Amino acid sequence: MTIVSAPIEPPSVEPPLSLEPSSRRLGEKAIVALLFAAAALAVLITVGIVLAIAGPTVEFFRQIPFSRFFSTEPWAPNFVPDGFGVYSILAGTASIVLYSCMIALPAGLGAAIYLNEYASHRARKILKPVLEVLEGIPTVVYGLFALAFVAPLLQQIWPTFLPGKLGDPPGFQFVLSAGVVLGIMIIPTVASVSQDAMSAIPGGLREAAYGLGSTKMQVATKVVVPSAFSGIVASFVLGLSRAVGETMVVLMAAGAIANLTLWPNDPVLTMTAFIGRTATGDVGFGTTTYYTLFAVAALLFVITLVINTISIALVRKFREVYE
Amino acid sequence: MRQSGRTRIAVDAARAGTESLERRGIDVKGELFRAVLLLCISIGIVMLATLLAYVIVAGWPRLDLSLFTEMPSTRDPNTSGFLPAIVGTLYVMIGVLVTTVPIGVSAAIYLEEYADSSKWYNRLIEVNIQNLAAVPSIVFGILGLAFIVRGPWGLGFVAFAGSLTLMMMVLPTVIIASREAIRGVPSTLRHASLGLGATRWQTVSRQVLPVSLPGILTGTILAMSRAIGETAPLLLVGATTFVRFLPEGLFDGAYSVITVQIFQWAMRPQEEFRTLAAAGSIVLVALLLLMNSVAIWLRNKYSRAY
Repeated sequence: MTIVSAPIEPPSVEPPLSLEPSSRRLGEKAIVALLFAAAALAVLITVGIVLAIAGPTVEFFRQIPFSRFFSTEPWAPNFVPDGFGVYSILAGTASIVLYSCMIALPAGLGAAIYLNEYASHRARKILKPVLEVLEGIPTVVYGLFALAFVAPLLQQIWPTFLPGKLGDPPGFQFVLSAGVVLGIMIIPTVASVSQDAMSAIPGGLREAAYGLGSTKMQVATKVVVPSAFSGIVASFVLGLSRAVGETMVVLMAAGAIANLTLWPNDPVLTMTAFIGRTATGDVGFGTTTYYTLFAVAALLFVITLVINTISIALVRKFREVYE
Repeated sequence: MRQSGRTRIAVDAARAGTESLERRGIDVKGELFRAVLLLCISIGIVMLATLLAYVIVAGWPRLDLSLFTEMPSTRDPNTSGFLPAIVGTLYVMIGVLVTTVPIGVSAAIYLEEYADSSKWYNRLIEVNIQNLAAVPSIVFGILGLAFIVRGPWGLGFVAFAGSLTLMMMVLPTVIIASREAIRGVPSTLRHASLGLGATRWQTVSRQVLPVSLPGILTGTILAMSRAIGETAPLLLVGATTFVRFLPEGLFDGAYSVITVQIFQWAMRPQEEFRTLAAAGSIVLVALLLLMNSVAIWLRNKYSRAY
């Protein structure tokens, strides 16, 4: 075997090796631009929402003064004589939120504590997907359930012996039936966000409490809940926001009468139900009723935006604490 | 004396622990607490079972073939069906699929692979996506009505207007799921590819995307099932008319979808139409459960641990 020695190369005069790509690769740049455009669409949609709502809302307030919109006058945008007091449909939304959250918040928190602290590994593996199914049922089916099953049931068992207004049997559409079903619908949201916060608590905190002889209940109420507090609040706020924004259940089961009331046996009209109901009818483009849709949507958007901003800030806070 | 949150919690827990050592026998309070928690979680499960039982019992009499092959009728509920609504849903969903997937996956790739999160505009995009995910669905309907049906775009009340409206609604779901899938790809894979001289886009398209495909697919199926189950925004962008014929195409002609058809029948006072609405609900819920199960199965099957 002969060893062929390579000829000794002359000292290189090339510039030092650069890590920059040899060609400019315009294709790569174009792709990044396209990808960026896709991501920027999210901002565009938000801008679109604001623009879409703002124009007609301004037009609405040109026709109807602020003082009439934010007032207790009856809500009757397409009647003669008309009325534009938004407080009646705000009260409808408040009433729905009240009754649905009375169910969703405690039940969601309880379910989260049970899943995180009490349930065995096997039980959790079954229970979590079941709650996810609850989240995946279409809202129109919940609406049908509220209207055709829960409302007649509540009518039958209504405690008519109660004094005063509370004893009046409800009609076929009323707040409580929609509120109960909406509350059930929101349980998974509250439970899953709360449980996320609870599972982020370091095990050491829990073990320390057990080591000192705490019972399960003491660990749950005195260690887990206080430590996950901001996450729990975030889940409540998120549940609230879903109750404010939900349309189908309230549209189908809560009624069609704008009512400045919080009684559980009254029918109400919420902001979302007003938009849905008015849109299903024939609304002439450019009429005052058409602009009313947008004014109500603007109010709804602002309310949910404030709620969501609070919830996002809270979630960020509980992530920061332990991660 | 001011204590920090954690110290206070620890002290409380220690005190409670010491107190509990003095007690003997069954912890009545603790058992009661456990019972209350069990009640909390059962409320949801019992109501889910009741809802499914109600829908099946109420809709059973009309769960037949004519449900899928007949036109809707206001006069005779017994021969009324969902055919135009089913075809309409199919049209709308095709529109959602072909718009949402490319845009959502591209946005996810940008945010995970290219974006420098210290730049203000990238943070703005992230905050916007989070916010959009929580905007009430009916607000998207308003946007669709003002910009897509009327206004600058002026598509009119056609199926594609419904598609675009739903696309805006489910876009955050697809973006968030795709980002998670892309984030799950180990960076060693990227480094190896880049080290062998591949460009960034070659690395993303030939290494990262194939590996994250199952996760992206799962997210897409979940997003589509949300879109199929949605009703409220479609009420605003045209899927309200009582359609007695098949939609002509994505861009012309009136259309209806299954959820809106269920809504209309549910709101009629006659019991027969409620039955029809319940029968439609059985089909819808079965379809969505199937889609969700496929998504979960995909996630479990392909979730590779690196």
